[in-house]
Amino acid sequence: MDEPGTAVPRSALPQAGQFALELNAVSRHFGALVAMTDIDMTIRAGERRAVLGSNGAGKTTLFNAITGDFPPTSGRVRLFGEDVTYLPVHERIRRGLRRTYQISLLFSGLSVIENIFLACRGVGRGRHSLLRPRRDDGAMEMAETLLHAVHLDDRRDTPVAELSHGQQRQLEVALALSGAPRLILFDEPAAGLSPTERADLVDILQSLPPHIGFILIEHDMDVALRVAERVTMMHNGRIFKQGTPEEIENDPEVQELYLGHGANGAGHA
Amino acid sequence: MPGASGKANAYPLGINPAFLLAAVFLIAYPLFASDFFTFQIGAYSLILGTIALSLTMLAGYGGMVSIAQMTVAGFAAYIMAILGTNSVGVMGLGWPWWLTAVLAILGAALLSTFIGAIAARTEGIYTIMITLAIAVAFFYFVRQNYQIFNGFTGFAGIKPPTLFGVYWRDPTPFYYLTLAIAAFFYFAVLYGARSSFGLGLQAVRDNPRRVRALGINVFLHRVVAYFYAGIIAGTAGVLLVWFNGRVSPGIVGVDMAIDILVIAVVGGMRAPIGPFLGAIAFVLLENFAIDLIDRERFNTVIGLAFLLVVLFSPDGLLGIWRRMESRIRLPRANVRWGGRANRGDWHPAGSPERT
Repeated sequence: MDEPGTAVPRSALPQAGQFALELNAVSRHFGALVAMTDIDMTIRAGERRAVLGSNGAGKTTLFNAITGDFPPTSGRVRLFGEDVTYLPVHERIRRGLRRTYQISLLFSGLSVIENIFLACRGVGRGRHSLLRPRRDDGAMEMAETLLHAVHLDDRRDTPVAELSHGQQRQLEVALALSGAPRLILFDEPAAGLSPTERADLVDILQSLPPHIGFILIEHDMDVALRVAERVTMMHNGRIFKQGTPEEIENDPEVQELYLGHGANGAGHA
Repeated sequence: MPGASGKANAYPLGINPAFLLAAVFLIAYPLFASDFFTFQIGAYSLILGTIALSLTMLAGYGGMVSIAQMTVAGFAAYIMAILGTNSVGVMGLGWPWWLTAVLAILGAALLSTFIGAIAARTEGIYTIMITLAIAVAFFYFVRQNYQIFNGFTGFAGIKPPTLFGVYWRDPTPFYYLTLAIAAFFYFAVLYGARSSFGLGLQAVRDNPRRVRALGINVFLHRVVAYFYAGIIAGTAGVLLVWFNGRVSPGIVGVDMAIDILVIAVVGGMRAPIGPFLGAIAFVLLENFAIDLIDRERFNTVIGLAFLLVVLFSPDGLLGIWRRMESRIRLPRANVRWGGRANRGDWHPAGSPERT
């Protein structure tokens, strides 16, 4: 099992750094409510990890702590060897972190290509440019490539509000792939998708270049266990088990938790 | 339903005939209009429309309703009087008009940036409250400061230059000056809405949290928007002081600030033409409501008009126009541009396969 690397020097090159992400004793409280306690977790560069757990286990809180949407109450977050605990969200994103949201958060007034273009522009130069992007603009070219990669070519100029649910999820993935992502957090990307769309999604995830790592929150075990190398089980805001997909699948405690969690939901805290 | 992008191509040459008609009308206007209509109605509508345009840019595209846009324009007007020439005998440093104008616009943009830096961390009603507070504070400040702003009296005798043998406050030249500046900012906003910055601003309006997750600094983006809005409002402020020939605290009072908001809302915030429609309606009512009703009842008329528009067309006069247009055009479009409208049916093909 990966032990948390205690002292990765700040100056370490990302490629030389072993870890895309290190969490040391990360906790998050909302007032008196403890959403997440003492999470220690390391993700190797390029690693694909699934996070499982029942509703309220703290999975999305974990994502929010990593991106800085809701910074941790205590503990440290290191991204590619750099301490980002106190950095604002947009600075973490510019360092190669991406995320998708459980409920599609898109810009409904803009077209599909404009959404992707913004994501590419957001991590590059010229965010405040008053000029319209040209066809040969770097960010625009990348946006066209991503449009194709997530199979939305024929919806290029459609306003996002007119997309189907499945297409919005595909667009979410495109936004997460923009720029030069090194670690992507997928929050239930398969939620509400049809079986065909799920297969499509698994394809997209499996065909990501090997240097891009991701963490995936997923209720669908089929999707999660097929794309992940390691699995982390969360329960009541703590890490409950970590291991390979096979170990997790065959673990008696996990099976009991998943099959009978209605009965012992409160008992573990 | 044909997509929004298909609409623009539905016209011969890609130009909306209504747009062409409006352009010809605006350019030919002084030829048949009296001096009163050219100056008091035409030029004044364009100035108020430009100030309201700066609010439309902030509110319509950025989701930030700032009550202080009139304050920004008024500040530019004051700088013109203070650094330039006035007839009051207070300040009036006599700097050349072009330097004063540039400094007035820059000063206004900086004030706007400052207001933005205070307001940009708030949302919705709180932005309105903070900008309202700033507007009120500025009003009382200039009314009580006699050393620089000459207090209650303000300044008079501020004139535009005589250039190329033309005195620019004569109705027709002044009308064309305001028309040129209004048109410039109108097209700038229209063009900028699809620029990197403009798309980012609309994304901030739709979903600030998601924008952060794209690597964009939401706070900075909003403050920069206030800067650009300040340039628009400041330029209009320079025109306003040339139009009035004077500036006093009344110009930055709450009444005027609310008028700008009314103009923007009545016109419609969906597109940059909205504030100009609103301004024309407002100026016409302001000038001719007294023919129908007592002078003291003018605000009642404005209030009722505002109420009617907001009740029956939440997206303003622009919304009424859009609905009329689509009602007239849709049946005809099916006949004449049938092929084009049908193209919408070939394309969504991807969806049935995947959904």
